[in-house]
Amino acid sequence: MTGGIKPKHQRLVLLTIALVALIGAGLLAAWALRNQADYFYLPSEIEAQAPEPGRGMRLGGMVEIGSIRTMEDGVTIRFVVGDGEASVPVSFTGIAPSLFVEGSGVVAEGTMGADGIFVASNLLAKHDENYVPRELEHMTTDQVRAQIEATLE
Amino acid sequence: MVAACTCQRDKRNFEPYPMHGFANPARFLRLAKWLTPLLLVSGMVVTLAALAWGYTTAPPDRLMGDSVKILFIHLPVAWLGMGGWTAIAIASLVELVWRHPLASIAARAAAVPGAVFAFLCLATGSIWGRPTWGTWWVWDGRLTSMLVLLFLYLGYIALSSALAREGSSSRIAAIFGLVGAINVPIINRSVVWWNSLHQPPSITMGKSMIDPVYLYPVLVSLLGFSLLFGAVVLMRMRTILADMQAEARLRRKAMQAAEGV
Repeated sequence: MTGGIKPKHQRLVLLTIALVALIGAGLLAAWALRNQADYFYLPSEIEAQAPEPGRGMRLGGMVEIGSIRTMEDGVTIRFVVGDGEASVPVSFTGIAPSLFVEGSGVVAEGTMGADGIFVASNLLAKHDENYVPRELEHMTTDQVRAQIEATLE
Repeated sequence: MVAACTCQRDKRNFEPYPMHGFANPARFLRLAKWLTPLLLVSGMVVTLAALAWGYTTAPPDRLMGDSVKILFIHLPVAWLGMGGWTAIAIASLVELVWRHPLASIAARAAAVPGAVFAFLCLATGSIWGRPTWGTWWVWDGRLTSMLVLLFLYLGYIALSSALAREGSSSRIAAIFGLVGAINVPIINRSVVWWNSLHQPPSITMGKSMIDPVYLYPVLVSLLGFSLLFGAVVLMRMRTILADMQAEARLRRKAMQAAEGV
């Protein structure tokens, strides 16, 4: 005969149910926020749903290789931001952060022009999750491994 | 049936508590007495060695240059900032379910170092963000949820110390500790769910995007900061226990004095 559940176990079961419900609600809310809480829009999202010209927004993506051009005035740069599916041309006047290079991530704050060119008022460089020393930058993974093994010997 | 019920009630009083091995503060204090200096000294040595190793040997990053070295502080304090609240949540669960007397003390002890680590994470991240991203602060998912964690810590510290001061039930703080735990997975997933300026995780289950020249000093630094965290938690637990004992003794003395008059 078991004679009911111990109060300790009852508390454990009740708390577990409460916690599961709470975490479920929290994750659901966070999931529902996924469009609103985005810090920037990707070029493909802008292509799918064109923003109204003149409305302040942020555009994020990769600076396409070979796309950075300096205009005649020397301080305005033009480049193309892409995400592999779509791309948006961007114009920016000012000093770009030092991490702003071709093939790297960027977040541009500004407005979409009527001519389809995004006019950025501020540029933020986005770092990716890779941390690589300068010496290893142009090596393939196999070369890096060989180099590391050579130093370990 | 009736017999079974009385038996149940009797058993409750004499139930052996496997979780209560350290419920007796004397036993905990004996353990903490030698564990505290051990954790403190080893934590200091390991942390300093890891930072010295990282700062002298790590080469500049291909894009970030020398500012990559702030990683050796930023990553451990960020993880421990979240680890601190995880500790509060586990201690709160143990308190609410098993009514372990040391659990609320452990949760209170973990709150202050956790808040310090969360603050250091925000501060080092901000210093790092200026040269790399080009801004001190942005309201993206990761940064905002980490700031919320700092505010949760401050709220928890204020609430639990007010409850302790007034002698109210520490279960209220335990519920807050459990509810606040929802923020920890949100911080962790924020860079995956939402487009954010902060990069996605570099270290995931068994996989690292960090080159070994940075990764190994970071992991040793994480170990060192974790040892320091443990030492501070034990020190604060001993302080809280000493405070409670001193207060109980004063109350007893006052009662004896009142009876004597």
